[in-house]
Amino acid sequence: MTATTHSIAARLESFIGSPSNFPDSVDPESYAIEGAVPSAVAKPASAAEAAEIVRFAAKEKLAVIPTGAHTKLSIGARPSRYDIALDMCALRQIAHYDPADLTVSVDAGMTIAAVNAALLEHNQFLPLLVPYYSQSTIGGAIASGIDSPLRNAYGTARDFLLGAEFIDGTGALVKSGGRVVKNVSGYDLHKLLIGSLGTLAIITRLNFRTFPVPLTPRGFLASFPTHEAALLARQKIAESPLTPLTLDVTDPGAARIFAERTPSTAEPGIFSGGSHTAADSALPVPGTWFHPNDWQLCAAFAGVPEVLDRYVRELTRIAEQHGAATIFILDDTTRPSIWGRLREALPLFRESSPAAVILQLNVLPSRQTQAITILKSVASAALLPLALVARASGALYIALLPESAQGDAAALSLLTQEIFSLSRSFDGRASLLFAPPAVKDLLQSTLNSHPHSDLALMRRVKSAFDPKNTFAPNRLFPDSL
Amino acid sequence: MTQNLIRELEHLLGPSAVLHRPEDLLLYDYDGSPEKGRPDAVVFPSTTEEVSRIAKLAAQYNVPIVGRGAGTGLSGGALARSGGLMIAFTRMNRILDVDIENQRAVVQPGVVNLDLTRAVEHAGLYFAPDPSSQKSCTIGGNVAENAGGPHTLAYGVTTNHVTALKLVLPDGQIVSIGSTQGDISVYDLCGLLVGSEGTLALITEVTVKLSRKPEAIKTLLAIFETIDDASETVSDITARGITPAACEMLDGWTLRTVEDYIHAGFPLDSGAVLLIEVEGLTEAVTSQAASIDEVCRVHHAREVRIARDDKERELLWTGRKNSFGALGRIAAGIYVLDGVIPRSKLPQTLRRIQEIGDQYGFRIGNIFHAGDGNLHPIVLYDPRDAEQFERALKASADIIRYCVEIGGSLSGEHGIGTEKSELMSLLFSDADFALMRRVHDAFNPQCSLNPGKIFPLTKGCGETRIRQHAAAHPGHGA
Repeated sequence: MTATTHSIAARLESFIGSPSNFPDSVDPESYAIEGAVPSAVAKPASAAEAAEIVRFAAKEKLAVIPTGAHTKLSIGARPSRYDIALDMCALRQIAHYDPADLTVSVDAGMTIAAVNAALLEHNQFLPLLVPYYSQSTIGGAIASGIDSPLRNAYGTARDFLLGAEFIDGTGALVKSGGRVVKNVSGYDLHKLLIGSLGTLAIITRLNFRTFPVPLTPRGFLASFPTHEAALLARQKIAESPLTPLTLDVTDPGAARIFAERTPSTAEPGIFSGGSHTAADSALPVPGTWFHPNDWQLCAAFAGVPEVLDRYVRELTRIAEQHGAATIFILDDTTRPSIWGRLREALPLFRESSPAAVILQLNVLPSRQTQAITILKSVASAALLPLALVARASGALYIALLPESAQGDAAALSLLTQEIFSLSRSFDGRASLLFAPPAVKDLLQSTLNSHPHSDLALMRRVKSAFDPKNTFAPNRLFPDSL
Repeated sequence: MTQNLIRELEHLLGPSAVLHRPEDLLLYDYDGSPEKGRPDAVVFPSTTEEVSRIAKLAAQYNVPIVGRGAGTGLSGGALARSGGLMIAFTRMNRILDVDIENQRAVVQPGVVNLDLTRAVEHAGLYFAPDPSSQKSCTIGGNVAENAGGPHTLAYGVTTNHVTALKLVLPDGQIVSIGSTQGDISVYDLCGLLVGSEGTLALITEVTVKLSRKPEAIKTLLAIFETIDDASETVSDITARGITPAACEMLDGWTLRTVEDYIHAGFPLDSGAVLLIEVEGLTEAVTSQAASIDEVCRVHHAREVRIARDDKERELLWTGRKNSFGALGRIAAGIYVLDGVIPRSKLPQTLRRIQEIGDQYGFRIGNIFHAGDGNLHPIVLYDPRDAEQFERALKASADIIRYCVEIGGSLSGEHGIGTEKSELMSLLFSDADFALMRRVHDAFNPQCSLNPGKIFPLTKGCGETRIRQHAAAHPGHGA
């Protein structure tokens, strides 16, 4: 600990007067964000204690960054100041759950896995199967704004987050929305928290709509020689009366990684009829399901036997019409090995390269074909291996995967910049999720050049929530113009 | 308002796009709510640029602005509570772009809700939010109020179907927020703007998602002897994880009144009916309808009818969607509430509403979105009688208070407006209001857009902007 660290921690302790908030065992290094290490770590036991810490920080002009399981903490730009890491993991109760209402209210530090374990007892779940699933806290997942393969059927968090409680930059504990599924009472401030990376408020509690667990889910996997064929088949499915739970296309790069690697966390028991164990998703991908030269169309669906038959029939017909080389129908024993990998695609991509850069490119679904053609050509010109997951909603995950850590940061940042300008020419938006710090440093100006007319409004919203810029400074846009 | 401003507006828009004589303004001093508020002038812009210039002029003359669509709102959102300038979006009614493949449309705010569906149904698409007023209400109004409708149970309310907006801020600045694809970029400003009731910005373009029409639809009419049985059925359908596309309840008394007018084939001697719709793949719809039938019978349904064809189905929905009008025939005035409750609390809440009606001496009908707990108690009263009007407001406040007490909220889809702004303190603390106010000021620092809405007078823009209006002029039914 440095002197500053000591003094901030000591001042915090004397201010709060509750040493239990500052566990000795904690190493501030483990809260580092892109090399920025906090001066103190506080682990409040309640929302009220967290609010006190925020009031202290605002008064002392210290910067606070809320943390959960650290799995998505490196998303965003390097913070310009980072005095206090506010570890929210001690807030982990289900505050309210009435299964008959299909709503749940949970503390931000709870893991999604723990929330779902409680919901599963009533045959319900939260369709937030985000990467790093088993560790992720619910607050961190919302603040990161990351989506899940299930969005094809359930939408993203903004579609089922009903309300929230949070601490604003003045240290006030505030709320918006409610616990009912339909509500127009005051501003939907909680929606602003999704993807805010801790820059607006400290989330303390979240209210969600829950969903019944789908009946007997099945998987469908078809391989195509080209991305054009795979995406066309996907478009035909989207235009059909079918409404699959997931509908993604993966590239040969993703196939190679899926074939070689197993996710370190298990698929949640949600789609396994309850009998599922951790070992299942660690199964090797059998046979040639993910052929390293092919583009794969991956869908999941569920329902009564007649519905399952209909899906199998129509998905097979559409895939065959578009030249599928192989088609597999996956049941309970084979499906988890694929779906665990699809959910954990980003962690698997990151593990496969010592200097992975991962971006999200959002364009209209019909523009993905051309975007991928361009991506393939620029990545191959830069001699950079690529892995892609293209969701039917238009979200495209792009991984640039240099083979060595000594990879050229300049080349990676150049390619990232190209993807950002690509997003603009496609009337879409790009965001950088994960990258080595050296690459992020080179990209600082790209990341901060939000090219849209709403930047000034965004800044005013940030000031309204956090007048003294206490929260996560510089993570979404620079401190000052 | 000065004659200079009127002259400048006429110069900008042409004289036919500016109304300012008292007799011309009469039509614009009410909406679907019981209150009134007259603007000093009404303007009809055709483009975003004109809206921007109007905003600049209004700012220059320090005159407040209220946006208005079709004026069908039920909470007073489109009332000029402080007078000033009303911007009617009726002439901004063009569908600017339809992208069938990606299921998106870009529309001006004055496009009528159902007209958008009519424009895209040839491609098997439709716009999902379906408020009862969908034949006349505008998409701009739907966005401002975050409108719902019967089918939002399965498909979500307006906010779930808006991906981008073009705004005019009070200083005339034009800003685009969101994206056509719809994923959140930095802060979800669209999510904030939808449902902000015209208090943050004027909306001049809306990008919406279009939904795909289901392959099969089954509409069931379940007939019950008692309201309790019907509401237990709704709770049980929810608890069993069945998600119908719509699940509407009408109580027996309301039903008879509606039947008298619409002749939809509703039974005249029942305690309550549920109008339930399931949609999707043919195979899924068959099995869901069977499960719902079973649940209804467990809860003593006397009969479960399934509409045999589209015509029967249409008739049942006509009965539902025109029910407010049917009630309007038998009372001098009706007051439609919009409380929302946790769905498991339906039976006890309906009993409580009955008690409140008895206590205040009103007949209260119930026609509502049972599946998502969004109540529409309808108080029948005579608005010409000032004492009755006051009593009706008190009964309504008691109902809303009860909804909040059991974990619900003030409004499910009609908005707060002027109608429920003073009840907001039931839900929100001073700290909540303080943050909402700072967010409000980030967009609308001078309180020049739709003043006197959402916030209680003491927590919002203060009373300075609110013209002391004479006693309410109730009388308009919904």
